[in-house]
Amino acid sequence: MTEIPKEEYVLKCTSACAGCPSSLILRYVLKAAGPDTVLVVPACCTSVIQGIFPSTALNVPVYNVAFAAAAACASGMSEALQKAGKKTNVIVYAGDGGTVDIGIQALSGAFERETDFLYICYDNEAYGNTGMQRSGSTPVGARTTTTPGGKIHAKKDLDAIVAAHNPPYLATACAAYPQDLFKKVVKALSLRGSKFIHVLAPCPPGWRFSSEMTIEMGKLAVKSGMWILYEREFGKVTINGPSKAAMIKPVPLEEYLSGQGRFKGIDRKAFDALKSQAQLRAEHLKKEADGLC
Amino acid sequence: MLTVATGNKAVAAAVKEVRPQVIAAYPITPQTEIVEQIAEYVASGELDSRYIPVESEHSAMAACIGAGITGARTFTATSSHGLLYMHEMVNWAAGARLPIVMANVNRAIGPGWNVWAEHTDAFQERDTGWLQVYVSTVQEAYDATIMAFRIAEHEDVLLPVMVNLDGFLLSHSMQSLETITPGSFVPPLHLPHAIDISNPAGYGTLTGPDEHFRFRWEIEQSMRKSVRVIAETEQDFAERFGRNYGVAEEYRYEDADVVVIAMGTLGKEAEVAVDLLRNEGVNAGSLRIRWLRPFPELDLSGRDIVVIDRDYSFGFGGILAHSLMARSRIEPYSVIAGLGGQEVTFDDIAGFVRDRKPGREFWFGVNGNV
Amino acid sequence: MYEIRIHSRGGQGGVTAARLLALAAFRDGKYATACPFYGAERRGAPVVSYVRIDDRPIRVYSQIRNPDLVVVLDPSVMEVVDVLHGLKPGGEVLINGRDRGTIQGYPARAVDLTGIALKEKLIVAGSPILNTPVLGALAKMGIISVDSAKNAIREMFTDERNVRAAEAAYQELVI
Repeated sequence: MTEIPKEEYVLKCTSACAGCPSSLILRYVLKAAGPDTVLVVPACCTSVIQGIFPSTALNVPVYNVAFAAAAACASGMSEALQKAGKKTNVIVYAGDGGTVDIGIQALSGAFERETDFLYICYDNEAYGNTGMQRSGSTPVGARTTTTPGGKIHAKKDLDAIVAAHNPPYLATACAAYPQDLFKKVVKALSLRGSKFIHVLAPCPPGWRFSSEMTIEMGKLAVKSGMWILYEREFGKVTINGPSKAAMIKPVPLEEYLSGQGRFKGIDRKAFDALKSQAQLRAEHLKKEADGLC
Repeated sequence: MLTVATGNKAVAAAVKEVRPQVIAAYPITPQTEIVEQIAEYVASGELDSRYIPVESEHSAMAACIGAGITGARTFTATSSHGLLYMHEMVNWAAGARLPIVMANVNRAIGPGWNVWAEHTDAFQERDTGWLQVYVSTVQEAYDATIMAFRIAEHEDVLLPVMVNLDGFLLSHSMQSLETITPGSFVPPLHLPHAIDISNPAGYGTLTGPDEHFRFRWEIEQSMRKSVRVIAETEQDFAERFGRNYGVAEEYRYEDADVVVIAMGTLGKEAEVAVDLLRNEGVNAGSLRIRWLRPFPELDLSGRDIVVIDRDYSFGFGGILAHSLMARSRIEPYSVIAGLGGQEVTFDDIAGFVRDRKPGREFWFGVNGNV
Repeated sequence: MYEIRIHSRGGQGGVTAARLLALAAFRDGKYATACPFYGAERRGAPVVSYVRIDDRPIRVYSQIRNPDLVVVLDPSVMEVVDVLHGLKPGGEVLINGRDRGTIQGYPARAVDLTGIALKEKLIVAGSPILNTPVLGALAKMGIISVDSAKNAIREMFTDERNVRAAEAAYQELVI
């Protein structure tokens, strides 16, 4: 088993919601990154979770920046630290809104310039910090405060967009698999260039399930095939164990959806769309992993 | 060294002397030559900076902010729509107390597309906490850019500085330029709140009303202290390099009964108008305002004042004229002229003085008496 | 103050000609400014640049209304632009091309800058370079010194053919 450091960089005084996956993800990200790390955080739940000035619950320097600006801010930081001869890790820790929507231009620019940094998108599939409005990452059929009848558009394929920049390392992860996440962060930080990790963050208040169910919900997401754990290293795709198993014998999608209030009353059309999108994604990734495309 | 240069090339040459560690910029007409020249300096090795060719102006300022908080000296340049596009981060830079220096090549704002000189772009950023200086010659563009770094980085200021030069009129005009070696005139940057790995801190975290209010007050205190820092910096510059500027440049001002007040290249053109008027027996003088922020305290009592605004606040008036009305309690003849690069000659300016109607507003070229 | 207006087409080097002329005047110990009038012009469109030369610092930024000298790098612009507009009484014209005697009463000097450029094979992107040979003609007219003309060219360009072209224009222009 991977040795996870005992040092804590997310101290026990965050203002996160009970069962919050974001602070859990960040806890393992920082354990993997270690103390020589600067976090860049655009507007997202983590802006609040870290606490109110003059206190902070995070024990690494954190630069909070405007919503659209995280990747660009990290570009400047990375260049300046290199110029000063420092090897400090620059990690963007951003929500899905700040990544797939308002921040995607800066993200694309930073990756095109091969900025040396790690971009982590923790994805709870909506604007959680402002009370669950739809984002480009909200899946079809999910109810949010701005899609009261369920979202009619599909979730944006962020990973395909990032992959189109040919980064040295791209991976998905999930809050329910912290060891897997830890290893991926370690691997990403060992490489130079623009690295990307997309982490599913099952959000109890946003998805409307009870707060002790976060890990269970994350596992169901993977086991049902709705979230696939994989890595893309210099273009080569590897599907990770839990998702390999799910591809052979998936848990029924209903099991994943029925535990979430946001999918309550989802119509057949949206359900079928969700299911076929998941299947298409799995088939495509499998082909890539097998070297068939 | 004595040479000739355009306003844009002079800014780039000044940046080369001050050697920022990180430069992030996005090209826009008529600023493009600054970015190209800096890219050239970096490519040739004449300037050992990290140059980040960002994908937008918003990202240009964001990258300067990210670099700046590590303690690096940073520079960017923009114009017009680029400045407005980075507006959010322009505010952020000042609030984060980062001494970023930016050249803004003043240009009108669309629609329709207009690439010529107007000050409304930078005037729209006047409440952001940036210091703003406006220059009128190639030499001044160079000198002001060098001084901007020292003023911004002074421990009593720690606010960003914007150097403004008129699009095309100055950015693309070639004039003589004496370059200098600043040496100890611009000491190394020491940013007291730079990121320190051994002492982790949160920057820009959630901030309550009382703390936010105090931070705003601190910006204003620094802005007030910058008046002295500007004066000291310009005096030291004059002693070392022989060129003296000041918050406003006076021309035949002492005994003038009527004073033309303008900014940028119009302020220079006004001097020629003053000579013309003096030959006619009119006791005219001119005053070219250089610093918009901090805005100068000027005693203008006992004279007729003609203010030329190359900007406008719709539903209100000429921004310079109204600023002077509030600060110096004057009732000027407010002339709106030169928007979008409208041609304004010294003859025209002399005409404004001859036809002045104190307390009235006049839009030049459109029969616009208000 | 001596004011010069240069007419050319976008891409022919009129802006550089103005900058070279200002640089040469500056090397003569004069004050000089060169201001291109930028429109939305693209390659091939008629363009104008201005040069002012004076013994005192120049504070005028507005366009030149009444030039002392008009330089026409491309005579074809004369079909679409009134190049003599505002030319001072007693003003002069310098035209690239054949000798035309006087134009509307103004003495018009002519020199085949295009021929000189082609002879020296000074061609960039298919167009002959006119901005360096024209400096030789302007030196012959006494607006700048020959030395400063050559020095200005050498400050901006490393190719010595530019200097030779200026020398040729100096020789060929009849005063």
